[in-house]
Amino acid sequence: MSTLNQLTAGELARAIRRKEASARQATEACLNRIRQIDGQVKAFLSYDEADALAQADAADRAVAAGEAAHRPLLGVPIAIKDVLAVRNQPLGCASKILEGYISPFDATVITRLREAGAIVFGRLNMDEFAMGSSTENSAYFTTRNPWDLERIPGGSSGGSAAAVAADECSASIGSDTGGSIRQPAALCGCVGLKPTYGRVSRYGLVAFASSLDQIGSFTKDVSDSALLLKAISGVDPKDSTSVPESVPDYAKALEGSIKGMRIGLPKEYMIDGMHPEVSAAVKAAVDQLQKLGADIVEISLPHTDYAAACYYIIAPAEASANLARFDGVRYGKRVDGADPIEMYSRTRGAGFGPEVKRRIILGTYVLSSGYYDAFYLRAQKVRTLIRQDFLNAFEKVDAIVTPTTPTAAFKAGEKSNDPLQMYLSDIFTISCNLAGICGISVPCGFLKEPKLPLGLQILGKPFGEAALLKLAHAYEQSSPWRGQKPPL
Amino acid sequence: MAAVEIDVNYVAHLARLSLTPEETQRVSTQLGNILAFIDKLSEVDVSKVEPTAHAVPLVNVTRPDVVTGSLPTAEALRNAPTKANGLFVVPKIVE
Repeated sequence: MSTLNQLTAGELARAIRRKEASARQATEACLNRIRQIDGQVKAFLSYDEADALAQADAADRAVAAGEAAHRPLLGVPIAIKDVLAVRNQPLGCASKILEGYISPFDATVITRLREAGAIVFGRLNMDEFAMGSSTENSAYFTTRNPWDLERIPGGSSGGSAAAVAADECSASIGSDTGGSIRQPAALCGCVGLKPTYGRVSRYGLVAFASSLDQIGSFTKDVSDSALLLKAISGVDPKDSTSVPESVPDYAKALEGSIKGMRIGLPKEYMIDGMHPEVSAAVKAAVDQLQKLGADIVEISLPHTDYAAACYYIIAPAEASANLARFDGVRYGKRVDGADPIEMYSRTRGAGFGPEVKRRIILGTYVLSSGYYDAFYLRAQKVRTLIRQDFLNAFEKVDAIVTPTTPTAAFKAGEKSNDPLQMYLSDIFTISCNLAGICGISVPCGFLKEPKLPLGLQILGKPFGEAALLKLAHAYEQSSPWRGQKPPL
Repeated sequence: MAAVEIDVNYVAHLARLSLTPEETQRVSTQLGNILAFIDKLSEVDVSKVEPTAHAVPLVNVTRPDVVTGSLPTAEALRNAPTKANGLFVVPKIVE
């Protein structure tokens, strides 16, 4: 018998709707689990127990008032990456520069989750300002992979992935700029969805790279991804980059056969340096999709090899501009100086960690006079070619399948002294953000020794989440990986 | 371009970011490696390619010019390092 914190969001919402469980019991089950294991996993930077329980009691009153029928997440505890504004709660991006900051408003995603009935709680650990692939860049501590506590959970949304994998919440929210949802989801064995650029409002998300950032979910299965996407999607007057596309009923889209759907396998993703068990797991998953009726087509994305270089110009360039706001004037840390410039420099020097400084310097450099054309403008042009590769491919196929990561979770400390090696752990996830398309990672097996989860990445057309979820769901339902739990 | 020597101190000044001498040294070495890696892009012929700034199919998003609610002053000042009389306090700018 599963405990309430182990249920999927959909299962828990159903149990609460049928009055077989209360929101209070579900929230207490999550809080108990956190007290029991988060000392080892370290997914949470903090959580406000009294606030979570108050929301739970309000949810139970709403159930009694008959609101469950039209609030699909009523009573479901959902934890939040430390990059999204939740009114009256801390918002720190796991950075010292925002120590003590309390959000004066709710991000739109939070507002929408609350409307759907969710209990929004906790601050999940991450790489500082979402820059990293392991949570080792958090200014506070490194989150651990629930499958092996010596290993990292991936990043930047490592806390979000670990918390779901360890059943510390029903689902969680993260952000993905170059793979920060899909990579940790793969390494922790949960489902991670990065929606299309423009699908979900980013109002209240602390910006890292504005042309790449997108908010998405970590869930225990694909049907929960559909449930959460429906709740958080749609145009928002507070975010002018949110796109006024209608929001389909994603849960409905999961039904039916995938027979005749065309799946592309890009030959450029079969790289050296990929772990042989990763290739084998992806091959087995592709065979499975074929058995379910999908047509498998080899395709080419010829500019794949340039994606990482392109990303590590564009993302730091945008970050260097976005992070200019942390200057000690209006919020956050301030270190005094004789004049404003000295105050800015000292504040930023004291407040930012090494990776953030590295990216600000790199970003400032590639935007600086004399280098802009050679680096930034050239990267934007290569980006056009990368996006065009995908749009061309999507004329022939409905979705593209790749490994999410070249290897399983690595050990803490293994790559932390070599930023370039760390950057290359995102090599399969970066193109999706540059192209502005959608992508999902679903569990596709385990490394044998040690037992570590592996992820299958499915990439879809712009605003093609319905097809993406349908394929992911069909695969998940036919594979034995759903519901496997780490040995905690 | 692989042998670019970056003047980290100059770039750090542009970024208003104070670095210790150790940090300057470390960043300088690491950036050299990263720049050598991103120099890969110079292989690509981009002579006939338009740049992509973002992937949103929208231009000039506007809304009706109507006043709506905004953050109250007290809330906006809630996280200020120093404040007085409903304002942020900063070091003297003009002599």
